[in-house]
Amino acid sequence: MIRALTTRRTEMAPFLLLLPAVATMLFVVALPLIFSLWTSLTPYKLTKPNTLYDFIGLTNYVRIFGDWDFWEAFLRTIGFLTVALNVEFALGLGIALLINKITWGQRGLRTIMMFPMMFSPILVGFQFKFLFNDHIGVVNNALQSLGLTNRAIPWLVDAKLAMFSITLAEVWMSTSIFAILLLAGLFAMPRDPLEAAKVDGCNAWQVFRHITLPFLMPFAYIAMAIRSLDVARAYDLVAVMTDGGPAGRTELLWTLIARVGYDEAKMGQANAMAYVSTILSILFTWYFYRKLVAARRYMGGAE
Amino acid sequence: MTVTVQSRASKQAKRIALWFTTFALMLVMCVPGLWVVLSAFRPNREILAKPPVWIPQELSLVNFGKVFGFGAEQVGIPVGSYFANSLIIALTSTIIALIIGIGGGYAFARYRFRFKGGLFLGLMLFRAVPGIALSLPVFMMWSKLGLVDTKLGLIIVYVSLNVPFTIWLIDGFFRQIPQALSEAAQVDGCTRWQAFWKIEFPLAKSGIAAAGVFAFLTSWNEFALASQLTRSTDSKTLPVGLLDFTAQFTIDWAGMCAMAVIIIIPALILTFIVQKHLIAGLTFGGVKG
Repeated sequence: MIRALTTRRTEMAPFLLLLPAVATMLFVVALPLIFSLWTSLTPYKLTKPNTLYDFIGLTNYVRIFGDWDFWEAFLRTIGFLTVALNVEFALGLGIALLINKITWGQRGLRTIMMFPMMFSPILVGFQFKFLFNDHIGVVNNALQSLGLTNRAIPWLVDAKLAMFSITLAEVWMSTSIFAILLLAGLFAMPRDPLEAAKVDGCNAWQVFRHITLPFLMPFAYIAMAIRSLDVARAYDLVAVMTDGGPAGRTELLWTLIARVGYDEAKMGQANAMAYVSTILSILFTWYFYRKLVAARRYMGGAE
Repeated sequence: MTVTVQSRASKQAKRIALWFTTFALMLVMCVPGLWVVLSAFRPNREILAKPPVWIPQELSLVNFGKVFGFGAEQVGIPVGSYFANSLIIALTSTIIALIIGIGGGYAFARYRFRFKGGLFLGLMLFRAVPGIALSLPVFMMWSKLGLVDTKLGLIIVYVSLNVPFTIWLIDGFFRQIPQALSEAAQVDGCTRWQAFWKIEFPLAKSGIAAAGVFAFLTSWNEFALASQLTRSTDSKTLPVGLLDFTAQFTIDWAGMCAMAVIIIIPALILTFIVQKHLIAGLTFGGVKG
């Protein structure tokens, strides 16, 4: 009898411990998501509260999927993330390999490397808005002082240059997290396989390609999984730097949601877009989480 | 003999070259941030000067005084109350998230139960909801509950934002502590609670502190939700306040730079203190879990 009671209590313990966490998430995330799903099925406008109770089915979704502005923002977001994440990974790997080679002053280098991580996205956005300002920005000032150009290059006004500047800001902000996690991976790497490969006559590239890189992949997936949790922070960057302009040419999915929802007060339609972006983010995170679990299992088997 | 000396010398030269390249690269990476910090100490007329003034002629704390409303000149932006709001909101939400996160992290690290993997993944996926997407329904709910433009409204949101990641980190730190320690204590007559409180908690303390710093910085830096859920000096935080500058006719770049430095100082200090634990927590919790 007593034993039955204690085992039952230990069974209950983890659920009791997790109850506050689950309750918070249900109230602040799950409940709003349900509400937002309902809203996306209505023509709700902030200015007309009663429209919250008109059920119109999938009309909002049909409308956004037929809307070229939405597709443009959607494709631009995907393109932006693809470029930014790949560049961040490549640069992060390069920096980690460089720092790993250095024996003297490594701690100092690691601290310097983390400098961009301390900047919030809103600050990074402001910083690059300041640097890329066509009149007083340091980039144009430097180019002019060096005599490379005598005009004010419109970094944030021209559509293509603005997208480039935003991507650069994003890469600056997030390369460190890749570098730091990959460096942690390099530190954790066992020496034996490396030495064995050298004895067997592998060259540096072969060692990197077949030993170092596979070992680092779980760390890369951790970085990707962490990054995928907050890729939407790019909203902050764009909000400060261009606010989607000029003429919507740097509009990402997230700035479009804010514009439709708050500026145009079309909550129903904005919620439909928000749902699409939420599902996208969740799929992205889930994908890298699965990759992480698989890589971890593979490593566990190799150990 | 000469060959080995030569090759050793060239190896040494290569190493030094590598060191300088890396160091230069890292410094270049820091330049954009350092430029903002430097500009915070320069007067606006030097920042706006044409042709540009490359070597700072005057450095002073005047911009900081102006931002906080000391001295004769003052910017029309209540940075002082934004600072107070940011601090209150970030601290309160961090403490609550840590309490919830310690419970959750301990449960994941020490117990086996049904739906464990699913629950963990579920928490993470909730965290993946983009801030701006979440802000729409939360804004509608909070307006019904009267929580828009209150500190409490933002605190509740930030707690939920921080709980999943806090659990992830703390789970990782508890896993590093051998379970045998608390079992031995229980054999010696401690209750599970005492074993936790006297043995496991003190050992995980630095890791928990790192998780706290992470949560604090997330709240301190958050913009997407705060920009929609705050309206006035009652609840506006520093990142939202930074945009107040752009609403003016002429942008006060020096003032914005000073405010940027005010936002970054706590982040700089805190990240520096916990950097080691943070990396350990992220990788250990992730790989060996």
